[in-house]
Amino acid sequence: MLKDTLRQYILENFLFSDNPSDLADDDSFMEKEIIDSTGILEVIEFLEEEAGITIEDEEMVPENLDSVNRIVRFVERKQQG
Amino acid sequence: MSLLEEKILSIDYDREIERITDMMRRYLRQTAHRRGLVVAISGGIDSSVCAALAVEAVGRKRVLALRLPEADSSDATGDRSLMLAEHLDIETITTPITDILSAIGCYQWRDSAIREVFPDYGDGWKNKIVLEGGLEGQYNHFKLVVEDPEGRQHSRRLEYHQYLQIVAATNHKQRIRKTLEYFHADRKNYAVVGTPNLLEYDQGFFVKNGDGSADIKPIAHLYKSQVYGMARHLGLPDPICDAVPTTDTYSLAQGQDEFYFALPYQQMDVALWAYRNGLPASELSGELGISEERAQLVYRDIEAKRRMTEYLVMDPASLEPVQ
Repeated sequence: MLKDTLRQYILENFLFSDNPSDLADDDSFMEKEIIDSTGILEVIEFLEEEAGITIEDEEMVPENLDSVNRIVRFVERKQQG
Repeated sequence: MSLLEEKILSIDYDREIERITDMMRRYLRQTAHRRGLVVAISGGIDSSVCAALAVEAVGRKRVLALRLPEADSSDATGDRSLMLAEHLDIETITTPITDILSAIGCYQWRDSAIREVFPDYGDGWKNKIVLEGGLEGQYNHFKLVVEDPEGRQHSRRLEYHQYLQIVAATNHKQRIRKTLEYFHADRKNYAVVGTPNLLEYDQGFFVKNGDGSADIKPIAHLYKSQVYGMARHLGLPDPICDAVPTTDTYSLAQGQDEFYFALPYQQMDVALWAYRNGLPASELSGELGISEERAQLVYRDIEAKRRMTEYLVMDPASLEPVQ
């Protein structure tokens, strides 16, 4: 499950936490200061490797990448399309 | 009258020079107990103005200028720094740092990351990094642009680890320069002048322990346009006053707005002034002749860069304050 892998990745790499309640699926990475604009490049690299997708420049927007749920929906759309 | 003219360019330069040079003398006398000032001069506007202010503050015999070119420095910046040194008539030491950078692996680490993207990259090629995305509503990301020996340019988005490695490697340049500045400062019992302007300081456009490190930062409160105005007021040579800001760090010509800032410096000054003074995006859009949506993106970019770089100017973290 991408959602579980992604949550684990963000908890471990950005929050240095093993407590699942530190990250809600709809938490805005920017507003909650979980991931900054450089960090999102790291997430993109992770997603491209993990989900086997290529993320285009125009897809690198908060609407697609600013929370766990947004990322999961975005990746699912990419994989279906 | 535009906001740039009314709020930014209209400062009293004589009074500002007096305030700054007073501060520099006071710092040397009361805080640092040092006898003069070291300034690394790049040929750019900021270091040129800082060197001129240093001369105004303590006299030309107590200012040491350093020219520290490396393999990717442009001839134009080298010529301008020499012109400045002659104009100010200050002692100047030129130390090319290419061999030091080679020994520390600067070019090797950079080029190995570049070759992940462009495997043919090698002798005779040039490179630069270009920032994109922020004003299109995207996350900021970085393109690597290379020019092959036939003059053809190629561009590709950098992956995160490639971007980090290229920037980490090129940061050696600013850090080696700072090492040499402090060597000469210690040798002469001088203080080191740092040259960031307000735009660079506010937006974190400097290398920690590199050009961000200094004992005294005389123009950190001045917008870039004010630094240009100060250069004219101080009577610096025209080629310096007219110089376009570049990073002078990558082998392809690279404007600071390409690498870091979302807009050319005059517009960035206006945007930053507007942001710091609480002007709504609707007013900024009128000033810059851009849509309100784009003005909002400029503000968002300013905030993102502040968040990303705020740790650069913080004291090291410790559990308790240590006296």
